[in-house]
Amino acid sequence: MVDTKVTLCGIELDNPVIPASGTFGYGYEFAEIYDINILGTFSFKGTTKDPRYGNPTPRIAECTAGMINAVGLQNPGVDKVISEELPRMKQCFHKKVMANISGFAVEEYVHCAEKLDRCEEVGWLEINVSCPNVHGGGMSFGTVPENAAEVTRAVKEKTKKPVIIKLSPNVTDIVAIAKACEEAGANGISLINTLLGMRINLRTGKPIIANKMGGFSGAAIFPVAVRMVYQVANAVKIPVVGIGGVETAEDVIEMMMAGATAVEVGAANLVNPYACRDIIKDLPRVMEKYRISTLRDIVGSAK
Amino acid sequence: MKQGFFEIIENKPLTKDVYRMRLFGDTGAITAPGQFVNIKLDGLFLRRPISVCDAEEKVLTILYKVVGKGTEQMAKMESGKLDVLTGLGNGYDTACSGEKPLLLGGGVGVPPLYGLCKKLIGEGKKVRVVLGFNTKDEIFYEEEFRALGADVFVTTVDGSYGKKGFVTDALGEDYTYFYTCGPEPMLKAVFNATSTEGQLSFEERMGCGFGACMGCSCKTIYGNRRICKEGPVLRKEEILW
Repeated sequence: MVDTKVTLCGIELDNPVIPASGTFGYGYEFAEIYDINILGTFSFKGTTKDPRYGNPTPRIAECTAGMINAVGLQNPGVDKVISEELPRMKQCFHKKVMANISGFAVEEYVHCAEKLDRCEEVGWLEINVSCPNVHGGGMSFGTVPENAAEVTRAVKEKTKKPVIIKLSPNVTDIVAIAKACEEAGANGISLINTLLGMRINLRTGKPIIANKMGGFSGAAIFPVAVRMVYQVANAVKIPVVGIGGVETAEDVIEMMMAGATAVEVGAANLVNPYACRDIIKDLPRVMEKYRISTLRDIVGSAK
Repeated sequence: MKQGFFEIIENKPLTKDVYRMRLFGDTGAITAPGQFVNIKLDGLFLRRPISVCDAEEKVLTILYKVVGKGTEQMAKMESGKLDVLTGLGNGYDTACSGEKPLLLGGGVGVPPLYGLCKKLIGEGKKVRVVLGFNTKDEIFYEEEFRALGADVFVTTVDGSYGKKGFVTDALGEDYTYFYTCGPEPMLKAVFNATSTEGQLSFEERMGCGFGACMGCSCKTIYGNRRICKEGPVLRKEEILW
């Protein structure tokens, strides 16, 4: 019997598998086809202060072993998320959920964090600092250590729940940003968000995506994610959640060996709606294969 | 939604680039005509959403046009199994058709109307079908619709067969409701030319095809809708162009 339990910022998970924000909605579509309570937890769709329609379509382009999306944070806004989506979510998911928050100004992050802090079904706040900072000239919060730290500090002041900062890989030195967040009080770091990418339709000679550029995700980005998780995990003391191209139980183990305490699964859910269930089912077999009896013991074992 | 493995039992060209594939498997999750399936293909990351032409017990029929890598790959398949998600999208609602529904299909928008036509005729409705194509060589399924018992009219843009013009040039006057599927400019023309309420099936690039990724959203008068989940069929009165 293997032990797949891990502890993320003080909350125990049955296993480290977490569907990533934006690939799992609020869970209902998946709850139609399997019991999503087998998940460690899941990170729900990115939430902003105001409702957002997002970007024009097309929002999706395919790539080799991956995809680009430019959904643009479509969501009903934090008030409706709390009044409509969370009660519905609670009917199919009975564990603590991870609330993913985005914003275009520090006050917007704070506004959402304060409101979601009062929801008992929310276990963690995952703060996505990849959006452009409207007050900071459009430069994303996550690309400047001081900005990332400022958001972290402001959110931490308003919540008792663990705060996990989700970092963008589109930076020169991700370690400096992770450290700035840690110093500002973050309880964890999740990485990586998508890589900025673009595809062009040869027939029209124009970008496929209406927004021109979008976030590249899927199996193709896995090695980049493993590398960045490794770098950050070796530089900070707080737990790291590994994200990026995870499709299999082997990938989960590799990500954990690189330093991840838990692992988010993103694009794979969109191709195989059973992806997380399959990974969780397969984990004990793969652990036995590699003689791992306690999963938490392998975190950061790759030196 | 249901995931299943389907055996290819037929895959043949109907025209130069439109193929019919018949698949053997569990069609139980398909509840309405106008729904679609999402097919996993080797070596391609995203699934390919394709409308259901007909769903009989254990046999799924899809018609697809070869337009890119995925459909090129499909056209070459002779046998084997496919991983298919079925029962996706809302599909057409036949409850409001009235006695004389009008079906308008353009090009590769024709296939989902076949299953719809079959259902409406099964419900005792008198169905008029207008199929629009660019030219004679691109026509498919005219006889199949006729065999169901529908009054079938064909239009071609170049006049090489049937009536010259677009589907909107052959609407007729005596219809109680309309159903349509085709390229967006055609849908818009149908929207403007029809005198009754109706249902229009839309197309969009999709990520997942089952409502998780918000890749295929559109705005309607009732708020945001996902083409893959609350669509692909939208009612005339809710559409914002």
